[in-house]
Amino acid sequence: MYQYDQIDQRLVNERVAQFRDQTRRFLAGELSEDDFRSLRLRNGLYIQKYAPMLRISVPYGLLSSRQVRMFARIAREYDKGYGHFTTRQNLQYNWPKLELVPDILALLASVEMHAIQTSGNCIRNVTADHLAGIAPDEVEDPRPWCEYIRQWATLHPEFSYLPRKFKIAVTGSPQDRAASKVHDIGLHLKRNAQGEVGFEVLVGGGLGRTPMIGHVIREFLPKHELLGYLEAILRVYNLEGRRDNIHKARIKILVKAVGPEKFRDMVEAEWQASREFAPTHDAAGFARIQAFFTPPEYSKLEDEDVLSGRSTEFRNWYQRNTRRHKVAGYRAVFLSLKSPTRPPGDITEAEMDRVADLADQYSLGMIRSTHDQNLIFADVRQRDLFAVWQALKELDLATPNIGTLTDMICCPGLDFCSLANARSIPIARQINERFDSLDYLYDLGDIELKMSGCMNACGHHHVGHIGILGVDKGGKEWYQITLGGSASGADAALGEVIGPSVAFDDVAETIDRILNVYVAEREEGERFIDTFRRVGIKPFKARVYAPSHQAA
Amino acid sequence: MRRLIKQRDIVLDDWRYADEDPVGRDRALILPFARWKEERERWWLWDGRLGVRIGPTDPVAALEQDFLRIALVAIEFGGLAEGRGYSQAQLLRKRYRFTGELRAVGKIQRDQLYFMARCGFDAFELPATANLEEAIRSLDDFSVAYQGAVDLGVHPERRAV
Repeated sequence: MYQYDQIDQRLVNERVAQFRDQTRRFLAGELSEDDFRSLRLRNGLYIQKYAPMLRISVPYGLLSSRQVRMFARIAREYDKGYGHFTTRQNLQYNWPKLELVPDILALLASVEMHAIQTSGNCIRNVTADHLAGIAPDEVEDPRPWCEYIRQWATLHPEFSYLPRKFKIAVTGSPQDRAASKVHDIGLHLKRNAQGEVGFEVLVGGGLGRTPMIGHVIREFLPKHELLGYLEAILRVYNLEGRRDNIHKARIKILVKAVGPEKFRDMVEAEWQASREFAPTHDAAGFARIQAFFTPPEYSKLEDEDVLSGRSTEFRNWYQRNTRRHKVAGYRAVFLSLKSPTRPPGDITEAEMDRVADLADQYSLGMIRSTHDQNLIFADVRQRDLFAVWQALKELDLATPNIGTLTDMICCPGLDFCSLANARSIPIARQINERFDSLDYLYDLGDIELKMSGCMNACGHHHVGHIGILGVDKGGKEWYQITLGGSASGADAALGEVIGPSVAFDDVAETIDRILNVYVAEREEGERFIDTFRRVGIKPFKARVYAPSHQAA
Repeated sequence: MRRLIKQRDIVLDDWRYADEDPVGRDRALILPFARWKEERERWWLWDGRLGVRIGPTDPVAALEQDFLRIALVAIEFGGLAEGRGYSQAQLLRKRYRFTGELRAVGKIQRDQLYFMARCGFDAFELPATANLEEAIRSLDDFSVAYQGAVDLGVHPERRAV
């Protein structure tokens, strides 16, 4: 894991001091509400329905046990005892006091953390594949590049006041687990015909009101050109992106307006024209960063048969919640933040403390957050799996549902968010109550359900195999269902609206009907998304809106 | 007389905008971009100092042939949401190697000054009510930086990635 040196630490400390002064000026009436808004936003502080919301950056989802303990302490002392993991691998607190936020930031700085650029119109937290460094199919670990980009983007003098927020994801595996095609920039580490590793560069993906899949604007970018090329993209966007309408200000709108090819030409021209002053690759600096990500000293182990003689319950958990590790004798373990009674992504302070202890005991003291709002112990010895499972079960973090219907992505919705049109968390509960049979969930197999409480799409509904979008109709909550979306790899696609939205009480029933169509139509071993692609939306439409159903 | 921050000092502005001094009596005149484009020939041979004031959508490339004549470029900001000026400044300093005064003007506040200085601005014309002493101090908000930059008036220790 990357560790701060003096420069990193000073920068974060100085940012705390700067924000403390900005908060003081606001409270003293020296800064207008509007001006403070723009300043606090670029430090992760929103004013929500009931209280401020503070979003903490978790660079590419990597946390030490020390940092998780600090999350727990802050939740205990400054919030209502819990935190919420987001789809950008970050953590949010929903109840901090505005005047105490500088103190929270100072505590975070003491464990090499911050809230810099977790919101606002700037370059946001760079996200990565949550299995980076341990995935057997990886070309190269993307995390050193993420850190390299993080540093370059932090308080970048030219790109701190962009037309709109800007999100970058990096992946080093052919199987894109970072949803990079729905990012402003997606970077894929790939090998070219000569065997060299470089970046495939995608631009203009995004969700929100106008969802789009990113376009490849460069098949292969040599690694040492990365920052210069990123600057060219950002400069074109900063100068040409729309600023007159917040809903048309993302780079995807610019890419669409001029066309991906013209956009690529603009970037290439800017890149060529700025070569003599663009940042050059700092090989020594990068090597310094990369050294922090050298694989740990794994024990020499053999793969073990951990299942024989174990209960079905353990086997289920093993099947669903653990993944292959590139080193023999190890396994990656998912901690499900999606138990039936838990708002998706939420975790209490006591749980965080225990998770930190378990990470120290079983997983080299490290924890990862995933973009679908779960946690991972990346380096668990197979011989420890049973003990880890027992410990996680006690914490309600072993629901064996990773990748199933109930492992849903869900935004905070109308319960907390002032942008939302409808509640999400109670819908999650409704779905959990309806689909409480594990046998049925396992029979359904891999299904991605994603839900947003408004069209800003924080819950990524466009790219859910089943997407649910909360809409407001005459003051009532309604839910629009989409089918066939996907965030990953070559498969990335946007969902299709199935028809008129359904009432709050009918959501789980509607999902049930959709699943029945799948079960009736599927071929042996076929996943939901593949059945949908084969049969199309028609049979689903027909069943969902069959006469007995109350739809509007 | 207008006060502004220049090279970390508070100075009296010896420049005039065209609407303040239409004929350039004070021999240091800042013309709006549109007027400069239109009356370029006429002003080229004038015996005063010339500056041009550009807005967020004015292309700095259009000034490429003019830097021998222009001693000042004023870049206009319309508030915290306006960020094109940072790129305009970078291009002026780095691509076109403009060495004259680069002034930020309009709705600017001290929280932006560090970023502006690092993009090459060396003069800041804040609203008349602003506390300029505090604004100068804000140039030292950060003593370290990750990016290489033009760094006029701020001197962060740098570890460029």
